[in-house]
Amino acid sequence: MFKKILIANRGEIACRVIKSARKMGIKTVAVYSDADRNALHVKMADEAVHIGPPPANQSYIVIDKIMEAIRQTGAEAVHPGYGFLSENMNFAAALEAAGVVFVGPPSPAIEAMGDKITSKKLAMEAGVSTVPGYMGLIADADEAVKISGQIGYPVMIKASAGGGGKGMRIAWNDQEAREGFESSKNEAANSFGDDRIFIEKFVTQPRHIEIQVLADKHGNCVYLHERECSIQRRNQKVIEEAPSPFLDAATRKAMGEQACALAKAVGYTSAGTVEFIVDGNRNFYFLEMNTRLQVEHPVTELITGVDLVEQMIRVANGEPLPFKQEDLKINGWAMESRLYAEDPYRNFLPSIGRLTRYRPPVEGATPRGGIVRNDTGVFEGGEISMFYDPMIAKLCTWGETRDKAIEEMRLALDTFEVEGIGHNLPFVGAVMDHPRFVSGNITTAFIAEEYPEGFQGAVLDEATLRKVAASAAAMNRVAEIRRTRISGTMDNHTRRVGDDWVVAVQGQAFAVRIVADAQGSTVVFEDGAKLRVESDWTPGQPLARLGVNGEPVVIKTAKIPMGFRMRLRGADLKVFVRTPRAHQLAGLMLEKLPPDTSKYLLCPMPGLVVKIAVEEGQEVQEGQALATVEAMKMENILKAERRGVVKAIKASPGASLRVDDVIMEFE
Amino acid sequence: MKDILQQLEDRREVARQGGGQRRIDAQHSKGKLTARERIELLLDEGSFEEFDMFVAHRCTDFGMEAERPSGDGVVTGWGTVNGRMVYVFSQDFTVFGGSLSETHAQKICKIMDMALQNGAPVIGLNDSGGARIQEGVASLAGYAEVFQRNIMASGVVPQISVIMGPCAGGAVYSPAMTDFIFMVKDSSYMFVTGPDVVKTVTNEVVTAEELGGASTHTKKSSVADGAFENDVEALAEVRRLVDFLPLNNLQKAPVRPFFDDPARIEASLDTLIPDNPNQPYDMKELIQKLADEGDFFEIQKDFAGNIVIGFIRIEGQSVGVVANQPMVLAGCLDIDSSRKAARFVRFCDAFEIPILTLVDVPGFLPGTSQEYGGVIKHGAKLLFAYGEATVPKVTVITRKAYGGAYDVMASKHLRGDFNYAWPTAEIAVMGAKGAVEILYRSELADKDKIAARTKDYEARFANPFVAAEKGFIDEVIMPHSTRRRIARAFASLRGKKLANPWKKHDNIPL
Repeated sequence: MFKKILIANRGEIACRVIKSARKMGIKTVAVYSDADRNALHVKMADEAVHIGPPPANQSYIVIDKIMEAIRQTGAEAVHPGYGFLSENMNFAAALEAAGVVFVGPPSPAIEAMGDKITSKKLAMEAGVSTVPGYMGLIADADEAVKISGQIGYPVMIKASAGGGGKGMRIAWNDQEAREGFESSKNEAANSFGDDRIFIEKFVTQPRHIEIQVLADKHGNCVYLHERECSIQRRNQKVIEEAPSPFLDAATRKAMGEQACALAKAVGYTSAGTVEFIVDGNRNFYFLEMNTRLQVEHPVTELITGVDLVEQMIRVANGEPLPFKQEDLKINGWAMESRLYAEDPYRNFLPSIGRLTRYRPPVEGATPRGGIVRNDTGVFEGGEISMFYDPMIAKLCTWGETRDKAIEEMRLALDTFEVEGIGHNLPFVGAVMDHPRFVSGNITTAFIAEEYPEGFQGAVLDEATLRKVAASAAAMNRVAEIRRTRISGTMDNHTRRVGDDWVVAVQGQAFAVRIVADAQGSTVVFEDGAKLRVESDWTPGQPLARLGVNGEPVVIKTAKIPMGFRMRLRGADLKVFVRTPRAHQLAGLMLEKLPPDTSKYLLCPMPGLVVKIAVEEGQEVQEGQALATVEAMKMENILKAERRGVVKAIKASPGASLRVDDVIMEFE
Repeated sequence: MKDILQQLEDRREVARQGGGQRRIDAQHSKGKLTARERIELLLDEGSFEEFDMFVAHRCTDFGMEAERPSGDGVVTGWGTVNGRMVYVFSQDFTVFGGSLSETHAQKICKIMDMALQNGAPVIGLNDSGGARIQEGVASLAGYAEVFQRNIMASGVVPQISVIMGPCAGGAVYSPAMTDFIFMVKDSSYMFVTGPDVVKTVTNEVVTAEELGGASTHTKKSSVADGAFENDVEALAEVRRLVDFLPLNNLQKAPVRPFFDDPARIEASLDTLIPDNPNQPYDMKELIQKLADEGDFFEIQKDFAGNIVIGFIRIEGQSVGVVANQPMVLAGCLDIDSSRKAARFVRFCDAFEIPILTLVDVPGFLPGTSQEYGGVIKHGAKLLFAYGEATVPKVTVITRKAYGGAYDVMASKHLRGDFNYAWPTAEIAVMGAKGAVEILYRSELADKDKIAARTKDYEARFANPFVAAEKGFIDEVIMPHSTRRRIARAFASLRGKKLANPWKKHDNIPL
């Protein structure tokens, strides 16, 4: 076995690889850029080599720098993680030339699968089901109708040169195919000056389901079943699970066998993933093969018990696979939530800064028999920089069934404390409670269909709201009693904390009476319903763990005047707990509207002003570009929301702005 | 007999109605509570004991004798806040617009006298149109009587003013002399002369809100110490503040049970100071991580943000915090921040509240506007306040402590009890670049030489150890253990006794 391996990556995946290597007794070498000097993967590794400035194209993806780090440290093998150099055949070839083992597939396999057209051709040759379509040129509408009929409706008619939905039509019958062909052709000619058209099967109710394969250098190849990754936002995977709630045993077997056939056909070794698109009738079609470890590999590990990184290293070392296909069973269900430093309330814009608080849930077995796993590359007090991927953790849970895995995920998300930056925890929390997600009836359009207006926070149902109200009332009682225990009170005239309270939350008011005893509080609602709240929460604790009628409830809690800010299940609530009289008087307060900011262009994220595209006094039209702000290596063009005249420009290029800083003012 | 008892109830009922239902409704329609409703929210349920419910004015001019409502436009008395005694007056806008008459003033004076005699805070809820013009000089005399009591009570019992409606003309000077002024956004304003007079005299056109609203006084003038969304929130927050304050100057700061380990380790503080010395960080994160339960009651949050002041608790006991804020103007001292912090330090000292000072200060802000504005005397206020304070003083230097500002920020030399520094501290006369430019003026042309000199200076002085060698720093401590270190420091100072020489009073540079 190797004595030392180098991990040519950063963040959570570098940490993940180090863990397996350490378990196997292999020394590890980390590489880091200036921005990662204090990063977790550097602390975890046995050795670390500095490889340059923060931008990845000057550090993590510069082959020479990695090769130099290998020379310096004498590493015998390199694990590339995902992204960066993981699917770069030049890197694989450079390693080969230097006599260093690449923990991944041979470079020809990377090359073959790296090209969309070649990989599709190879897949067809290997007997893998691909999206039916006609690649040749189509002469006229009659031919288009004929081809469409052969493929089977619905079909998609596409311009060869097309993009962004232009020159694209969906046809459900001959009539539509004829019209679609004509209009696509015209549009393509006008837009791209290239009127070549092709037709392929239109996949309805598409799901993204992928097969994990593992092959050794002795001709063995197995599949470790599927992962479903249909919950995506603009092609960015957000939630993954294994197995898929949609596949039956026969489809799973067929997909797995085809995936292995493809792997064998290209001489694949190591771990790889064959991605399929699956329609509502369980027809599946090859999309592409990823010749690396996938981000979402932990869910496969949780249901199969196989350490994929360990197996990759063993395969690279020339060992045969220790199991056969029939040994690989599906055990229970696993969920993964990707935690991104993206603010869901601001249309998922990237957020950077210091993690003032970062407390993931405890990993390992839960009291309910589940498992929590968190793959992370950050720590409390660390910095989320603008240079790399905004993913900061992958929270995984396992349960015997899908429902149990989801329930574990809900609690794990509620327990996960992240402060200092905007992040998508509330959004993922909301999805876990979404009836359609819970039913398993999902497609890749789930987020676009269910959150067409973006995300404004979850709205809690009555039952959950009552749990929140009861918890708040019980917690408030504890806080109020502590307040009365201050020094300097009047003898014999101390304050007595009452039993009757009104909890106002999410536009509703619950009048409750608290009957407290040594173990907890019974909260009695007006309609006679009772909730028993038990907790060891003490005032000031940011995380309240409660039992409500014996069921676990976890709430992120902060103090606000006369109540709490409470966060759970994707909701961010102001919960007021007042005496009935105070509640009545609070009802007299006027509703205040937030200040009108429509006359300003505000910076939507922390970033650097790259360009101001207008001048003072200039009239701008709706949709006109006003300024460019760079954040996380992304140039964000800010556009005018309505017609107007620029009154004053408050920021100049080069200025570093915070969220909501004024960039310009309109008349 | 029964009738007589009933008579009392009837009279009380009339008094409680104040200016009548129509005026109460008008008050409510503006989102404002009545004088009595406010007291209900301020005090513990059922704890209010009223004085002078039946007092009526004695004015006979302008037909005033026809209308003599019970209470005369102010509700006074005492009650408890979480079981601790406070005195309160609450002006009733529904009665003659809350205007101050001779008798109205006498009611306020009565409870102020009681508060001073019995050693309990005074909380004034201001909602008054001003002097009762019909009474003329008697009303002015009333104000002055109140002023004199504000002055006598200052430094003896805490005085808190909440402006919950108009407060104009001479009326502003009573709150002005109290320890804290809070305002309610959109429904309160304070000014010496109103918009009408301003227009007549200076031709300036200004709204009442612009002239003296909550935003003006919390952001521009610093007359107010904080502003709240509405009456309900304001009163809840005043209760929260009272829990931080002793009842009088002979008592120690209050203590209450706490649920936060004084030895709590905060590993994230080890990375609070950025690698780049010119990059700011948020000092409030440090305050929150040092405080019990992260609870911080900030004073003057919207003014002079380069210094942060407010109350926290350590081991359940109130502590006043003064901290430079690198996020604003690099945390420098200037006229505004010096004045802001100086008054706070003096409040803490007057009421035996220990002071924690967190230092990251690059010096005083240079410039003509500062010098013309008298930064010398204003900066001296903070220096003076720290130097005369005899309460326990614990100081932690997190990063820069340059020049005279190092001396000012509760240094060892100003009788600091515990002066700690983080390993990231740089205690020097000035930053390396500036120092080298002065020391090696003749070499300025040679960039390489200057760079080398700068490096040398940094190596020698950009650390806490030169100061520690001299004993100006008692100990260099790890950031992650700061809470434990300061908790133990304050615990060791509970018995501190230190007195300044007898004097009638000092002569702080006002």
